[in-house]
Amino acid sequence: MNKFKLITKGLIKENPTFVLLLGMCPTLATTTSAINGMSMGLATLFVLVLSNMAISAIAPYVPDKVRIPAYIVVIATFVTVLEFLMKAYTPAIYETLGLFIPLIVVNCIVLGRAEAFANKNSVIDSACDGLGIGLGFTMSLTILGMVRELLGAGSFFGMKILPEQGNILVFVLAPGAFMVLGYLIVLFRKITAKKGE
Amino acid sequence: MTLCLLVICLVCSGLLAGVYALTKAPIEVASENKTTAAISKVLPSFSRVDKDLKIEVKGKGFTYYRAFDDNAALVGYAIESRSVGFGGALKVMVGITADGIIYNTSVLSQSETPGLGAKCTEAVFADQFKNVDPAQKKLAVKKDQGDFDAITASTITSRAYLKALETAVEVFQEIKAEGQPEQATAEAGQQETKVNEEE
Amino acid sequence: MEYILIIISAIFVNNILLSQFMGICPFLGVSNKLSTAAGMSGAVCFVITLSTTVTYLLQQYVLAPLGIEFMQTISFILVIAGLVQMVEIILKKISPSLYSALGIFLPLITTNCAVLGVALTVVQKEFSFGGAEPHMLNLGESVVYAFATSVGFGLAMILFAGLREQLSLNNVPKSFKGIPIALITASILAMAFMGFSGLV
Repeated sequence: MNKFKLITKGLIKENPTFVLLLGMCPTLATTTSAINGMSMGLATLFVLVLSNMAISAIAPYVPDKVRIPAYIVVIATFVTVLEFLMKAYTPAIYETLGLFIPLIVVNCIVLGRAEAFANKNSVIDSACDGLGIGLGFTMSLTILGMVRELLGAGSFFGMKILPEQGNILVFVLAPGAFMVLGYLIVLFRKITAKKGE
Repeated sequence: MTLCLLVICLVCSGLLAGVYALTKAPIEVASENKTTAAISKVLPSFSRVDKDLKIEVKGKGFTYYRAFDDNAALVGYAIESRSVGFGGALKVMVGITADGIIYNTSVLSQSETPGLGAKCTEAVFADQFKNVDPAQKKLAVKKDQGDFDAITASTITSRAYLKALETAVEVFQEIKAEGQPEQATAEAGQQETKVNEEE
Repeated sequence: MEYILIIISAIFVNNILLSQFMGICPFLGVSNKLSTAAGMSGAVCFVITLSTTVTYLLQQYVLAPLGIEFMQTISFILVIAGLVQMVEIILKKISPSLYSALGIFLPLITTNCAVLGVALTVVQKEFSFGGAEPHMLNLGESVVYAFATSVGFGLAMILFAGLREQLSLNNVPKSFKGIPIALITASILAMAFMGFSGLV
């Protein structure tokens, strides 16, 4: 498979949110606005690329029995590194995303890619795969955030474009997260099904 | 097998310790900047500040900051006040000038409902509390016969905000009662140089 | 009194699934049948309470005194993974019947973010209940909080599984089948739970 295909397959065909339905916790929790969704996506992308690369590099030397704990340690390390970097250079974003940064450790996408791809492919390929899946995740989270922000707060990336009276508050609250994601998956299925015909 | 896991753990801990050491200073600077920004927002211009002073009021500990201008005269106090809102703790930095006027307020942290109580950070609500003399105005929402507008559909948050302000005024009175210096003392001056060195 | 407030707050007001969005994977994944949902809830309940106790002690007596809080995430996840393994082995030996009921869910729990989420929350966040002064939880409160949270997990899980069992008998449009309709159901359930907000 060529590198370009590795990267693009994460966007549509193996989109982690709309198709594989992985990593639902941050998807629902952090998409109260487009910016928050995008930051969360990029944070996951960072961990995904680095952990994929590290895991594909060490995979041949790790015995099968301790595979999962070893991978978890590697992932947790990169997550903590990310945590420090965000605390130091983007404290405001770190505060909004809060607990969901350390929780990237248990995001099924990261461990899932390590198991399904990185441990049997080369470092470069794994990096591309991580980049692709990460971009797909970022894209979905940004879209979800955009829709929720527009409907719930009447703004687009923080810019007010709808009058206050038109805001449907429930969309930035918990129920809105479930609902928007549900309808977006339906929409995604409709669009990809048409393409397939 | 065990050896492999051990090596991985060691390498990872080493890496973490390294990154921790590297980012420790920037993290401190970032949190310092946040406090400094909040203090500058809630007080008129000042040239230096005594940090992290502690006081106890009604059995609760509070942190406050004392600001002085170029002539070493007291500008006012920035008090970290808190109360409980709808979703949890609400922390507000309240700036009170030397003559007891609330100069401005700034939310430090809140966990109110987005779109409802979280609006307490917005100017429409928060600007009501600029230049308020607590002796002249009643720190309560209009519903409670006070002088301030509540956020629509978020009376609990609004009440919590005003409660935090009220607490800050109590803290201010306690500070005054303790007899704080109107002028910066030599000791405080030393503290300043120390702070500067650290920066 | 405070324990009661903690329990109500953790089960209803800040329900871990429907308002904090932790542990959504099993919430959507194993909620097709009431019996599996109940099994999963039981296992989660057990692991959350146990792991929070251990990680709380780890934080208080090892990480904080040594000043190595930066190892928090990594050590907590290792403790949880180890604990899950241990529980699995012990259950197998002591109570094979309980093991056969919970066993298949145990390995899944390591990557359930509710477990790590609760462990990190109790050592990082200040709580305030019933207008009390915000404070960090002590050991007893942490354990009660962890247990109540997992009961909240079980409650939402079982309610949701009941709804989904009914739903599977209905004729749902093709594109809505499976997860989408489940998400929309969850949305309505979350709306119902919003009614509890402000209670504590």
